[in-house]
Amino acid sequence: MTYERQKDFGTPEVLAETQVTLIIDGREVTVPAGTSVMRAAAECGGSIPKLCATDNMKAFGSCRLCLVEIEGRKGTPASCTTPAEQGMVVATQTPRLEKLRRGVMELYISDHPLDCLTCSANNDCELQDQAAAVGLRDVRYGYEGADHLGAPVDTSNPYFDFDPSKCIVCSRCVRACDEVQGTLALTIDGRGFASMVSAGQTGDDFLSSECVSCGACVQACPTATLQEKSVKEIGKPERSVVTTCAYCGVGCTFRAEMRGEQLVRMVPWKDGKANRGHSCVKGRFAWGYANHADRITSPMIRETIHEPWREVSWDEALAYTAGKLNAIKAQYGARALGGITSSRCTNEETFLVQKLVRAGFGSNNVDTCARVCHSPTGYGLKTTFGTSAGTQDFDSVMQADVMLVIGANPTDAHPVFASRMKRRLRQGAKLIVIDPRRIDLVRTPHVSAEHHLALRPGTNVAVLTAMAHVIVTEGLVDQAFVAERCDVDAFEDWARFVSDERHSPEFLAEVTGVPATTLREAARLYAKGPNSAIYYGLGVTEHSQGSSTVMAIANLAMATGNIGRPGVGVNPLRGQNNVQGACDMGSFPHELSGYRHISDGDTRALFEADWQVSLDDDPGLRIPNMLDAALDGSFRAIYIQGEDILQSDPDTRHVAAGLAAMDCVIVHDLFLNETANYAHVFLPGSTFLEKDGTFTNAERRIQLVRKVMEPANGLQDWQVTQALANAMGLGWTYTHPREIMDEIARLTPSFEGVSFERLDEQGSLQWPVNEANPDGSPVMHVDGFVRGKGLFVVTDYVPTDEKTGLRFPLLLTTGRILSQYNVGAQTRRTANVVWHEEDVLEIHPVDAENRGLKSGDWVRLASRKGETTLRAKVTDRVAPGVVYTTFHHPETQANVVTTDYSDWATNCPEYKVTAVQVSRSNGPSDWQENYAELADRSRRIAPAEPAE
Amino acid sequence: MSQAARIDEIVAAHVHREGPLLPILRDVQAELGCVSAEAETQVALALNLSRAEVHGVVSFYHDLSERPDPRPCVEICRAEACQARGAEALMDAARAAAGERVRLADVYCLGLCSVGPNAKLGDEVHARLDAARLASLIASA
Repeated sequence: MTYERQKDFGTPEVLAETQVTLIIDGREVTVPAGTSVMRAAAECGGSIPKLCATDNMKAFGSCRLCLVEIEGRKGTPASCTTPAEQGMVVATQTPRLEKLRRGVMELYISDHPLDCLTCSANNDCELQDQAAAVGLRDVRYGYEGADHLGAPVDTSNPYFDFDPSKCIVCSRCVRACDEVQGTLALTIDGRGFASMVSAGQTGDDFLSSECVSCGACVQACPTATLQEKSVKEIGKPERSVVTTCAYCGVGCTFRAEMRGEQLVRMVPWKDGKANRGHSCVKGRFAWGYANHADRITSPMIRETIHEPWREVSWDEALAYTAGKLNAIKAQYGARALGGITSSRCTNEETFLVQKLVRAGFGSNNVDTCARVCHSPTGYGLKTTFGTSAGTQDFDSVMQADVMLVIGANPTDAHPVFASRMKRRLRQGAKLIVIDPRRIDLVRTPHVSAEHHLALRPGTNVAVLTAMAHVIVTEGLVDQAFVAERCDVDAFEDWARFVSDERHSPEFLAEVTGVPATTLREAARLYAKGPNSAIYYGLGVTEHSQGSSTVMAIANLAMATGNIGRPGVGVNPLRGQNNVQGACDMGSFPHELSGYRHISDGDTRALFEADWQVSLDDDPGLRIPNMLDAALDGSFRAIYIQGEDILQSDPDTRHVAAGLAAMDCVIVHDLFLNETANYAHVFLPGSTFLEKDGTFTNAERRIQLVRKVMEPANGLQDWQVTQALANAMGLGWTYTHPREIMDEIARLTPSFEGVSFERLDEQGSLQWPVNEANPDGSPVMHVDGFVRGKGLFVVTDYVPTDEKTGLRFPLLLTTGRILSQYNVGAQTRRTANVVWHEEDVLEIHPVDAENRGLKSGDWVRLASRKGETTLRAKVTDRVAPGVVYTTFHHPETQANVVTTDYSDWATNCPEYKVTAVQVSRSNGPSDWQENYAELADRSRRIAPAEPAE
Repeated sequence: MSQAARIDEIVAAHVHREGPLLPILRDVQAELGCVSAEAETQVALALNLSRAEVHGVVSFYHDLSERPDPRPCVEICRAEACQARGAEALMDAARAAAGERVRLADVYCLGLCSVGPNAKLGDEVHARLDAARLASLIASA
């Protein structure tokens, strides 16, 4: 495949019913009314010269290159700003136009360095292309006049440079930042000849400005002015492969642009239906971890965790591991073995790991990191709607009138979708934010929430039930929807329950900290819609009442009729790239793929026939139960693929004790992560760039991951799992992940119509893909709920057992930041650390003053479970009484502090509420010191033995 | 009163208008002699704009400046009509009269084309200038 830029139609696609037909250069073309002449010309194969136009932003009409002549009209209008009309006759190439364009081009080039041969954009530059297209041969003005050629280059951003000497001031970067990203970090400084693109204000550079490094400006730049450093270093790509990002649950698709085996850059794929050609700093730029020096590419084993690692061949590693597992199984039984699948890996890999556990190990002790994030979503939405997934596609947000964001921080955690939300909010949609912390969306340029309900952590259910109280008692229920679509008896019970005075906003204000009038207004706004959509994240699920909160959300949506059409719905924002997929693939101990209970004999029979084994009909252990069982000696071996439970799971010391008690811990990962400090076998993993497979994003969209380079460790992760299975004697024979997907489709009704061939043809499919929905399902529950009638569930607010008191008077809640990703195994190994090199503790000025703290001070953060130290940041983003930190850095280990309280239904840990005390500190906690020492010792790798 | 407090008052006086940014910036410029980077940031936060947006506006207009210039300013029209009536020939004398003490600013049309060359000092426009009258106007600044 040779390298080509994606075709640029110049102006955005217009969706209109009315079509118009016009003639451009003698060719007849029919386009939706409102389409620009420029785009119409591109649709019929023409290409009008242009510089300031590009098809992901509104026409600007400034470069004066796209002029055309239109019969019956005076002058030479710009084709980008001229809408096509019925019967129009357009000429795009005439001697008059050629002369005008050449004249314009001469002006541009008179202030542009003539260093094309040594320029990083050589042969990939729109200015160069257009100079060629208009036949520029000389510049009458000469090169002696004033110019910008000496302007200094801004190299402050770690991923791209800004070289204003090459800038033609087309404003594409400024407009990309405004329209596509919605950060508005760029402007044009000055006027006339002195006009320059500027990040922020005088004295700012890109790094100090409001720039979030999404790269939309770099992608928009038609010259080398804004250019990836990687392109400068490596050169122009020579081929590209479309693949899917492995960071968050948005599921952006990218063109991985390659030179040989080297990745040059990631460019968002314009046809990607999840991201629509946009990206964030992580997906576009933070892929350097793939070649980081810390990457382990050889298998390693050791008898005890006190020994150094020993590098061995794959054969030796697999034989050793299989021997251990078989011996433990023989001595302690199948239930002493288990595995954890990864939401970072592909559907196919995840499916194989759970198959290995169920069919190979012989137990149902398989769980996944969704246990600690969205398991309550699975439970709550399955109970109320009948299916464990969000109801909408991302495009739906563009039809929402009211957005209710609860327990989610989209601009940091789901930035590409947040840009879509902000675009819709700038168009006038209203926003309600329910969050203890003032997240950016509450107030960010051109976006501000109507209502911010800054509730006390742990009171989600109370707030949502109070909203329901307002909706029911003020007569705002969509009676027709409820009567037709929902279980009416359950509704009556629920309505009676929420109407009780003890659920009124006034009664609950003291508990929740939300003023009753604010809550009433928010409830009315949500109920009024007409299209109201709820978006939520882990601030909902990671609570002792996580499942109740999900159901309370579902209740609100059903009561107001906000389900089953575009613009509405209940939308969990999934944390990881494939957390939806990992759940779909049967990673939970009680469920086979497609959320079918393991005790269901018919489903089990289907798998038993296909796999030629007999399956245990008892649900297996969840992660926390595995750790408990390890401590009591009944659970002895675990295979952990792509997950760092030591850092990510709550109550670190308990996790460490559980792992330390096991006989065989197998870690399959890119790096010696924290969990590997307790491992006996390390199987090197492959990155998403090195494998084939599929990821399923938050909107149930299944997308292909395509291998763009050979695995550094020699094997893709599914191959490693298969090799381990075969070392245990299972005789698997997959030759490509497509065969695994065929098996998934064969065994899972909601995936019935999915295959690699179809995904390749269609770009993506949203499950369910079956006979009723052969092309997938962007919006669910359109004609009725999957479970039949929607079920209202009574959600009684039960305060968490984690209580503040004299010793621990503050509530800690945790979250993520834009530049870092979860445990940071990847992002900490990229230049993203310039934005976030350590976790800090946000504390309100009042609480800080009481403790004599100022920003930058080292503080001790202690809970009933443990303590750690980190730096304080004094800010009124958090309310008095609440402190906040991130969990990206193992030096901090925020989870030393978190408790083992968990969701009543799913055991999802209560990360979001921990009673803590904060005080001045002058050094690391004992745990931090001891752990650092253990980690250093455990990561030793024995020098290779000299060859014979 | 601190500058920040005064800017808050100025913002409060205009924030309910449609398009409050320019009136705010003009008042800040008039009272504080410039719109500093800190002032830009404060106004941006108050109006929920980005810092870059406000800076783009401040750097665009001649009448707004990022740094104070305490010198008096005489604006001389350099547009076509005044040029045709001999404005260009007055510039050497104007520069000599101004020296470093007075700032000369070019403007393009003061709306009195038939009676140029024209210049403006403070809120007053002066017409039918010759070298001597312009020099004495500058001297009086």
